[in-house]
Amino acid sequence: MPTYAYILVSLALFFVGTAGVLLRRNALIVLMSVELQLAAGTLALLAFSRALGDQKGHVFAFFVMALAAAEAAVGLAIVVSVFRTRRTANLDDVNALKG
Amino acid sequence: MLSHLRTIPLLPLLGAAYLILVGRHHSRRAVHHIACMAVGAALVVSADAFFFGLPALVKEGGLTDVVGTWFASGDLRVDLALRMDALSGLMCLVVTLVGTLIHIYSTGYMAHDKDYARFFAYLNLFCGAMLLLVLGDNLPVMFIGWEGVGLCSYLLIGFWYGETANASAGKKAFITNRVGDLGFLIGMFLLFRAAGTLDIPALLDTARGGGAVLTATLWWGQPVAFWAALFLFFGAAGKSAQIPLYVWLPDAMAGPTPVSALIHAATMVTAGVYMVARLGAMYLLAPAALAIVAGVGALTALFAAVIALGQNDFKKILAYSTISQLGFMFVGVGTGNFAGGIFHLFTHAFFKAGLFLCAGSVMHALGGSGDITRMGGLAGKLPWTTWVFRVCWLAICGVPIFSGFFSKDAIVAGAFATEVFGPRLAWVSPTVGAGLLAAALGTAFYMSRLYYLVFTGECRADTRGHLHESPIEMVGPLVVFGLGAFLAGMAGLPPAVGGSRADLIGHWLAPAVGPPLEVSSGFEWRMMVASTVIALAGIGLARLFFGGGAREPARRFVAALPRLVAVVRSKFFVDEIYQWLVVRPLRGLSRGLFVVVDRILIDELLVGGWTFLVDTIGRFLRLVQVGDVQRYLAIFAMGLAALVYVMARPAAPSELKIRIEGRSAVVELGDREATSGKLDYGFDFDGDGREDRSGPSPNATWSYTRPGRYRLRIRVTDPQWSTARTIERTIDIR
Repeated sequence: MPTYAYILVSLALFFVGTAGVLLRRNALIVLMSVELQLAAGTLALLAFSRALGDQKGHVFAFFVMALAAAEAAVGLAIVVSVFRTRRTANLDDVNALKG
Repeated sequence: MLSHLRTIPLLPLLGAAYLILVGRHHSRRAVHHIACMAVGAALVVSADAFFFGLPALVKEGGLTDVVGTWFASGDLRVDLALRMDALSGLMCLVVTLVGTLIHIYSTGYMAHDKDYARFFAYLNLFCGAMLLLVLGDNLPVMFIGWEGVGLCSYLLIGFWYGETANASAGKKAFITNRVGDLGFLIGMFLLFRAAGTLDIPALLDTARGGGAVLTATLWWGQPVAFWAALFLFFGAAGKSAQIPLYVWLPDAMAGPTPVSALIHAATMVTAGVYMVARLGAMYLLAPAALAIVAGVGALTALFAAVIALGQNDFKKILAYSTISQLGFMFVGVGTGNFAGGIFHLFTHAFFKAGLFLCAGSVMHALGGSGDITRMGGLAGKLPWTTWVFRVCWLAICGVPIFSGFFSKDAIVAGAFATEVFGPRLAWVSPTVGAGLLAAALGTAFYMSRLYYLVFTGECRADTRGHLHESPIEMVGPLVVFGLGAFLAGMAGLPPAVGGSRADLIGHWLAPAVGPPLEVSSGFEWRMMVASTVIALAGIGLARLFFGGGAREPARRFVAALPRLVAVVRSKFFVDEIYQWLVVRPLRGLSRGLFVVVDRILIDELLVGGWTFLVDTIGRFLRLVQVGDVQRYLAIFAMGLAALVYVMARPAAPSELKIRIEGRSAVVELGDREATSGKLDYGFDFDGDGREDRSGPSPNATWSYTRPGRYRLRIRVTDPQWSTARTIERTIDIR
């Protein structure tokens, strides 16, 4: 398959993720959407890596996966912590920094 | 010749520094030992310099001590230099002697005060500053001392600052002096501008040599010397309490009595007289200025003597008396009779300090009250004080053989005999002389009134049971001053009495201030008889009115002229007039400036304006901060998209080469993106808006038909992203 096909999938995935981050109100869903964006980025890295015959893209893909795991752990911990204190995971209700 | 003159002011200054820093931790004994030793040592050093170092050198200008260059800027070079010549040596001796005696007296007078160390620190500081003033070899050093004594005067008048009246009196003295200091500064500037130096010997040499730079006309047809002398005299009037700046001295009596004796009678207030005498040669160049000095002096002498007639406070009477006597001294120096003025300064230091210390002794015995209507009959209770007071009283009244007689007579006779005013101003001389005779009558009267009301008749005090003579440390200095008041006149006997060499002070001062004024022997005798008659008349009249307490004639006089008495008692309303003319307008102006500049301009517009601006910007920016992370992200995403769009435009060509070969222009863009072959280029060589070459090649050539200036436009388009960039250049084809 040509490279642009992978890039198109990656792009679609990224937009789905971005839409989820921007539009959904549940913190858990938002976190999942962030994971989608990261996955889209990983896919693009792998596609270019293969197209250019350069292994650096693969290395970065592993970095991204590690980062995604860490982000998920911290993010979920924050969501749990917020839920414990406020009994909600709705982002609209978490606005203590509003000016 | 070099010497160690610097130790003279340094010793008291070191004492002051030590006492201010650690004096609080010492016992009273240690404090007054340190203070008295510091001034006593200064007395010893100055006596040594005066009696052993100075006589051999007095003709050559005396001893000098240059500590170093204080500052130098352009043509101005000011050394920290001290000079002891005939005049400053005598003054130095008077200051240290009176200072030492009053330090000793203060150990008794202030024995029960809680701020013992602070008091002695200030006294020491004062002595140091005064010695700097006296010994300063140039006007700036003198001015430092001048300001230093003003500061000490302020600190000591307000020494008991717990009471508002005392603090206000201190402020009044300081501010009034500052007004005078402005005159001193202006005078100094004028002299520097004219003569290019501030060294006193250099200025005096210029003046003695005729001084073309000083006699050049400055303003309104008057020479530089006149204006400089006038402004300096204004400064002297502030320091020496002359009209119109005398108002601070009576209020200065709020300070402790030794302070009044030291600062406001014997030393600081004479600084103005000293300064005029020091610059005598310059004053002689401007007879009009001398006439003003003498006129103001005579007017002040008379005016203050009249006010003193109506006062009921012991120290206030002495204060007005001091103003009056300073007027005498100014007439002395203002008639070119510098030796006479300094002679009176010398004797006055003794008898006036003695009078003040007697006042302190009396008030000490009575528990602090100075109201002479509540005294009387103290002669038997305070024997030593009474005797000293009698001597000083007779001295100030001008009774023959007492010191004041000779010095006052030298001034009065000199005022009539002087010829410094020249033919046009000759009328000044008898006028001030007559004024002085009237003032002398007033002096004899008010001083005798004071004596009779305080020391004779029935005792009217509330505390008559506890009356006691003061301790030895107070009586000792009193007796010394009494002896001085009696004998100091011997230093300046007129030639008519003691022969041509009898005028010791006059001959001693001659190298510094010029030879003593010549007065014919017959006139001198007539003046002495007249002075004696006037003094005795004043004393007799006072005895008639007040002998043994206020008598019938005094009561009848008050009843006959109630208006006049009321006006004199209220000091001619001068304080009230100043209040209306100066203080209130100034206060109004200050209030106006405060409201307009401080409140409105600075507080409201500048400070408030900035906060308003920041606050408003903040209000708008706050709308952006909604606290919703998703909206932030949306903005972030839009920003990122915009960034990508901008960045994705074709980059500027890394190198643009335009070569001109004859009539041809060769363009080579050398774009790295050109290698990918995906960009589209358009070249408009002749600036007509139509592309002459276009296509994927970044290079193009064009031949012009005519020479001239052409506008070259290159378009780069990226068809994939639909972005474009335009480059323009102007080229000249020859």
